[in-house]
Amino acid sequence: MSTAATVGDLVSQPYKYGFVTDIQTEKIAKGLSEDVVRLISAKKEEPSFLLDFRLKAYQQWLKMEEPDWAALGHPKIDYQEIIYYAAPKQKDKKASLDEVDPKLLETFEKLGIPLSEQKRLSNVAVDAVFDSVSIATTYKEKLAEHGVIFCSISEAVKEHAVLVERYLGTVVPTSDNYFAALNSAVFSDGSFVFIPKGVECPMELSTYFRINSADTGQFERTLIVAEEGASVSYLEGCTAPMFDTNQLHAAVVELVTLDDASIKYSTVQNWYAGDENGVGGIYNFVTKRGQCRGARSKISWTQVETGSAITWKYPSCVLQGADSVGEFYSVALTNHRQQADTGTKMIHLGPRTRSTIVSKGISAGHSSNSYRGLVQMGTKAIGAKNYSQCDSMLIGDRAAANTYPYIRSQQPDASVEHEASTCRISADQLFYLQSRGIGFEEAVSMMVSGFCRDVFNQLPMEFAAEADKLLALKLEGSVG
Amino acid sequence: MIRSDAPVLLEINDLCARVEDQPILKGVNLTIRSGEIHAVMGRNGSGKSTLSKVLAGHPAYTVTAGSVLYRGENLLELAPEQRARTGLFLGFQYPVEIAGVNNLEFLRVATNARRTEQGLDELDTFAFEDLVRERLGVVQMDPAFLERGLNEGFSGGEKKRNEILQMALLEPLVAILDETDSGLDIDALRIVAGGVNQLAGPDNATLLVTHYQRLLDLITPDYVHVMAAGRILRTGGKDLALELERDGYDWVDQELARLGAEPAEVG
Repeated sequence: MSTAATVGDLVSQPYKYGFVTDIQTEKIAKGLSEDVVRLISAKKEEPSFLLDFRLKAYQQWLKMEEPDWAALGHPKIDYQEIIYYAAPKQKDKKASLDEVDPKLLETFEKLGIPLSEQKRLSNVAVDAVFDSVSIATTYKEKLAEHGVIFCSISEAVKEHAVLVERYLGTVVPTSDNYFAALNSAVFSDGSFVFIPKGVECPMELSTYFRINSADTGQFERTLIVAEEGASVSYLEGCTAPMFDTNQLHAAVVELVTLDDASIKYSTVQNWYAGDENGVGGIYNFVTKRGQCRGARSKISWTQVETGSAITWKYPSCVLQGADSVGEFYSVALTNHRQQADTGTKMIHLGPRTRSTIVSKGISAGHSSNSYRGLVQMGTKAIGAKNYSQCDSMLIGDRAAANTYPYIRSQQPDASVEHEASTCRISADQLFYLQSRGIGFEEAVSMMVSGFCRDVFNQLPMEFAAEADKLLALKLEGSVG
Repeated sequence: MIRSDAPVLLEINDLCARVEDQPILKGVNLTIRSGEIHAVMGRNGSGKSTLSKVLAGHPAYTVTAGSVLYRGENLLELAPEQRARTGLFLGFQYPVEIAGVNNLEFLRVATNARRTEQGLDELDTFAFEDLVRERLGVVQMDPAFLERGLNEGFSGGEKKRNEILQMALLEPLVAILDETDSGLDIDALRIVAGGVNQLAGPDNATLLVTHYQRLLDLITPDYVHVMAAGRILRTGGKDLALELERDGYDWVDQELARLGAEPAEVG
């Protein structure tokens, strides 16, 4: 019947970012050893403090065990089968974009991220990272006029070594966890943002991560510092080609806010998720943490997680400064055989600190979607407050949703509030909307965006509509 | 209002349908002309609810034989949303709740889908609010319901009023009302029936699917059909409904036995 045909058409829509760019790549041999760590550092011509940082992390990693407490299942990762450094072959650092390999520019254009002068997104500065290196950063000069530094972390290590040395690893120490230690030893590229005292960043900043090589891991490292009274809104996006093997992505993101500063960090994660039978896809093991060091400072995480075969990710806030504010708004969508174990940690240390958690999990197909969150009230967190809301939406009857809230309070004068709910999209609901003239796709999209509205409202305007469409696309064929 | 020269809106010929492996409709014949009000009555399991769902295109039902012409075209080829846009309306027996989808926004999207099909301009939020406030009067509904989630936490009566409000906005050519009277108290029934009467006109048709006479006390049908075992067993005027009310459905079993048919089990 016609309905079935519509559903069929929608199911067959491929992951549209699954192409591979045919470009010569410089890769090092597979496997991880102290020599590999030294080699990466040498290739990047790094100062000695960074080599020491990497080596220390590597030694710690060797003594650690891969964590197994998450509600995830996957074959054991062989860390000796991964390539830890891959870069498209091109002349050293480009003086201007005109010298960048046109194939790379074309790749990013295809992904909807035009980098060339004429086509740039207005009012969004972009750092484009391809495999292990940053290809280009737009609007650097314009940002520099305001004292804002926005460049790849590799460049920052050379040009702004003092700042990097002061902040790197201070929020997520090298020994924080297994994947953070691995990242600290072998991280390749990522973004560095520094907003000086009193400056409100004049444009949105954005980094776009692209994995291209099949057997390469991506280990990005991002560091954002907002000094007293400074503010910035930052967005990251990511895609990868379709391979039938799994690739490892283990990133570390550190945010620091001083007095009265604020950072808004948004993610639209669309790594390749594997096919409907769970073959291929990215293993996404990410450590993201922000530290509100200063009084009245604020860190806000917004994430829309739609990709990856496995997502292990808990963007967190350490609320150290008095009256500081942490926020976590999340939409995590899993379909087919995807597995996500994601949530946040709100660590209240300072007095009157406040945090809000809004998590929306959508599970379809045979997928499993877990929210795992910790709210901790320290002994000095007098008058601190947390509000958490965790909602799950199930599509079909083979998907799973779990909620694991952990609450620890050492401060009687702190309040923690937790609400949770579960609902299901049914074929009858879809038929109801269709029988009112609303097409299948729009009907799914209406229901999902209704469910996610509280989170989408937090995204920068340009991306809210995109996120809406992305979810609808991901869900095609999962209902009815 | 019967005029034998009025255009035929819906023509159902020997319609057979099943859900999973269970045949339910076993040769339904029914012709509906514009300006007419039809009532389909029958016991639980007679197939009358299935008939309305099949006409609206519910994906759980498969048509195995027969045809349905809607304004002379093959209705069964159209997706459910396309049936709705061209003016076929199903008022649900149990309207579902859809949390998070704003009722007003839903009504606007649905109305605009219908208007676009009719070649009319889409209504913006302001123009639509004027229209919806006017149509609320048809079912005497509190405007506060517009701001709620679609049917979310509505009582049975409020849901049915919301159905008739949708009908008032979509201005269908053929309105199929599936057990619209079920779960309504007498006041709500009067309001809903009043709404249906207001909307029925010479250019559209109404098909009431009902169990009880009480709805037909308020909406006078031109034809009454009795369904049993997946087909229409008898057709008459409004007096047939009164006869059923008085004598019950026992004669149906004798009739079926005479025809050698088995009663359908699901409806």
